[in-house]
Amino acid sequence: MADAPVVIIGAGQAGCQAAVSLRELGHRGPITLIGDEGVLPYQRPPLTKAYLQGDIGIGDLVFRPETYYTEHDISLVLDDPVVSVDRVARRVVLRSGHAVDYENLVLATGSRPRPIPGAHTIRTIGDADFARPEGRVVAVGAGFIGLEYAAVASEAGCDVTVVEAQPRALSRVLSEETAGHVVQVHRRRGVKFLFNACVSEVRPGEVVLADGTVLPADLVVAGIGVVPNVELAVDAGLAVDDGVVVDAWLRTSDPAVFAIGDCARFHHGARQIRLESVQNAVDQASCVAAVIQGSAEPYAQVPWFWSDQYAMKVQIAGVTDGHDNVVVTGDPLTGAFSVFCFASDRLLGVESVNKPVDHVLARRLLAANCPIRPEMVAVPGFDLRTAA
Amino acid sequence: MAKITYVHPDGTSSVVDVEPGNSIMRGAKLANVEGILAQCGGGATCGTCHIYVDKDNTKPLPAMHDLEDGLLCVTASPRQDNSRLSCQIPVTEELDGLVVHLPEKQL
Repeated sequence: MADAPVVIIGAGQAGCQAAVSLRELGHRGPITLIGDEGVLPYQRPPLTKAYLQGDIGIGDLVFRPETYYTEHDISLVLDDPVVSVDRVARRVVLRSGHAVDYENLVLATGSRPRPIPGAHTIRTIGDADFARPEGRVVAVGAGFIGLEYAAVASEAGCDVTVVEAQPRALSRVLSEETAGHVVQVHRRRGVKFLFNACVSEVRPGEVVLADGTVLPADLVVAGIGVVPNVELAVDAGLAVDDGVVVDAWLRTSDPAVFAIGDCARFHHGARQIRLESVQNAVDQASCVAAVIQGSAEPYAQVPWFWSDQYAMKVQIAGVTDGHDNVVVTGDPLTGAFSVFCFASDRLLGVESVNKPVDHVLARRLLAANCPIRPEMVAVPGFDLRTAA
Repeated sequence: MAKITYVHPDGTSSVVDVEPGNSIMRGAKLANVEGILAQCGGGATCGTCHIYVDKDNTKPLPAMHDLEDGLLCVTASPRQDNSRLSCQIPVTEELDGLVVHLPEKQL
């Protein structure tokens, strides 16, 4: 029902955008945005990039000044988290005992890093403040978080080792071609990599690997993936399967409850996926706001991601996971190229390194479902612009 | 502080005091001026903070680098001679009084 009270649990990128989009779409009823970090909603990506580097401060991270929320009549609750959801009474109960009623509830509870005892993880401003790189740094996990951290630490003059359990870097998110290039750039900066290496223990001053190797370490950062925050959903009896399961309109098994962002498992083509990205948070938030306001449009956005490491900008359009064939355009030796990833003849996505124009065009191609085949891309002089 | 005027496609405008050090993009965001998306947060990688610098501008703007130049060729609203990405223009006291025009669409 349009204009009925909305409660949003989680004041990260998804939750904050849901509140903003509801107002932009003309929702006139009460909106309560409930976080648990005690600070205004802020962007997380710079925490392992510009913020960690010290180039920007907290003031640069917040999405909107406090006046935005008051002017738009959005009730911000920043340090009184929800402890339970009563779906029958349509009411959430906060830690303080205070209760808030809803007609529509949005779960934007996000995710939390998988911990390694003794190692830092980075998700919040406080995490980044306590993990400023110094001395000998070990990054556990060669995913985006670990490698972004490694890049900042290396630029700060640290001695950096990346430990990865898989045989290669970024195996979950990038093709071998792109990942190989990223690792090469790190190696040129003096970063050392240990693949097929598992951490058995982090002790003060050192990291012990499963094969007995001991790495001296002044600071250890773990970037080994995240766990979706689904506890509230589970307790409320909603369908959960590594994420809160939602339909094409981002509705959970209770039609009055939606889930968006890192915590939501949604339909993507023939499968169900969960994505941890700004794009996913923002686009799902906009979609959910529209659905609450009466839209019948299902969620159907092209996923995209990015990672900044050194001066290198890696951008991914689509989900390239599961590809069996790639075509590279541009010249990896110049540091600017794109990798088109196909599952047989079907384009799954495009990974671009220092090629933002390719990225923008690839997103358009994927959104329009253009039938791009490998042999078209492989033609010398192939121009995405004409294809788009 | 530098006064920056953002002119909306409907002809209305928002005048904002932007603290030097912020970009033209960030200045708009902090003042809740609609019309600039900046999906990538300001890294010259998405092309959704496109603006048109006022044609009569005489204030010194930083030179355009290749990434910005490339992205301006694929913006949602057509590129003109005075097109820039607002995340790539840091506000300085010298820019006080600058007028920029917002495009019809960013996506």
